[in-house]
Amino acid sequence: MELSEQEVLRYARHIVLPQIGGVGQRTLKGASALVVGAGGLGSPAIYYLAAAGIGALHIVDNDVVDRTNLHRQILYRMAELGEPKAQTARRRVEAINPHVSVQATRCRVDDTNVEGLVRGCSVVLDGSDTAGTKFLLNRACVAASVPLIYAGVIRFEGQVTTIAPGVGPCLQCLFADPEAFDRDPLETCSQAGVLGAVAGQIGSLQAIEALKILLGVGDPLIGRMLVVDALDNRFRTVPFIQRPECPVCGSESGE
Amino acid sequence: MNKEVQIHQHLHLVGHKCPMNFVYTKLKLEEMRDGEVLEVVVSTGEPARNVPRSVIAEGHKVLEEGTLGEHYRIRIRKVGE
Ligand SMILES: [Zn+2]
Repeated sequence: MELSEQEVLRYARHIVLPQIGGVGQRTLKGASALVVGAGGLGSPAIYYLAAAGIGALHIVDNDVVDRTNLHRQILYRMAELGEPKAQTARRRVEAINPHVSVQATRCRVDDTNVEGLVRGCSVVLDGSDTAGTKFLLNRACVAASVPLIYAGVIRFEGQVTTIAPGVGPCLQCLFADPEAFDRDPLETCSQAGVLGAVAGQIGSLQAIEALKILLGVGDPLIGRMLVVDALDNRFRTVPFIQRPECPVCGSESGE
Repeated sequence: MNKEVQIHQHLHLVGHKCPMNFVYTKLKLEEMRDGEVLEVVVSTGEPARNVPRSVIAEGHKVLEEGTLGEHYRIRIRKVGE
């Protein structure tokens, strides 16, 4: 994975970082990320992964751009109302960074396609807004041994954690009962309000986690849930452990 | 007394502004082996001050530096890997 002269210029401020260098930048170029959901979380995550020079980016979203999205989904423009988000996001990425190979798929992620979407990725970012998709991605990523950057956002609050299969606990170690999850603090954005900039902040944190995981630097949020309360500017990390009886990743889960 | 050091690689970076002069220096150093010497020629002024400082911050050793005609020459020993 060599960097062209244009790429060296583009990524100069990355390359000067001791934690990245030319070696790390080439690692990013050789990496691929799947972003599920190109909405409030996916917008900044996609922007930053694209700008950071990830080699391949796969954007999956089933929706079209709606006027009520525009206060937080900063990928989209007025002129794109009604257009599919995945393809629109792809055009935006191509305009930002032609060195990224970007694929867009308009579909709902479900049992039938999740394995194929996750397989072979270097990292997956969860920008979805339904509990079902979140637990489905968790299961598929653990099964395929692909790191997953989970996030959720509601009102003025956000959560981020990194699921590193084989290294730390999974989402279901933390939320033992997926059925109860929808009644948890993280309702879906369509029902409750959300400050757009909070989605931007949390999506950016997801991009940072993904890049750290790919580069193997820093201390990712493995076994720790970062909980952000933007109203009073409180950042807490809540540790959680792997449950041996976890049906997804536990050693007593039967396999 | 300065016995001539063996130069393994050379970069002429006169005219390159910060941070690109350091970026090219760093990329070249990454390709080199531990103990090898890179000679870099940069413009005087800001690049002459910044490149040695950045190279040292990355753990390499500046063997010698100084003006060379109207430019500035830095000789760096790679440390690591
Ligand atoms: Zn688990």
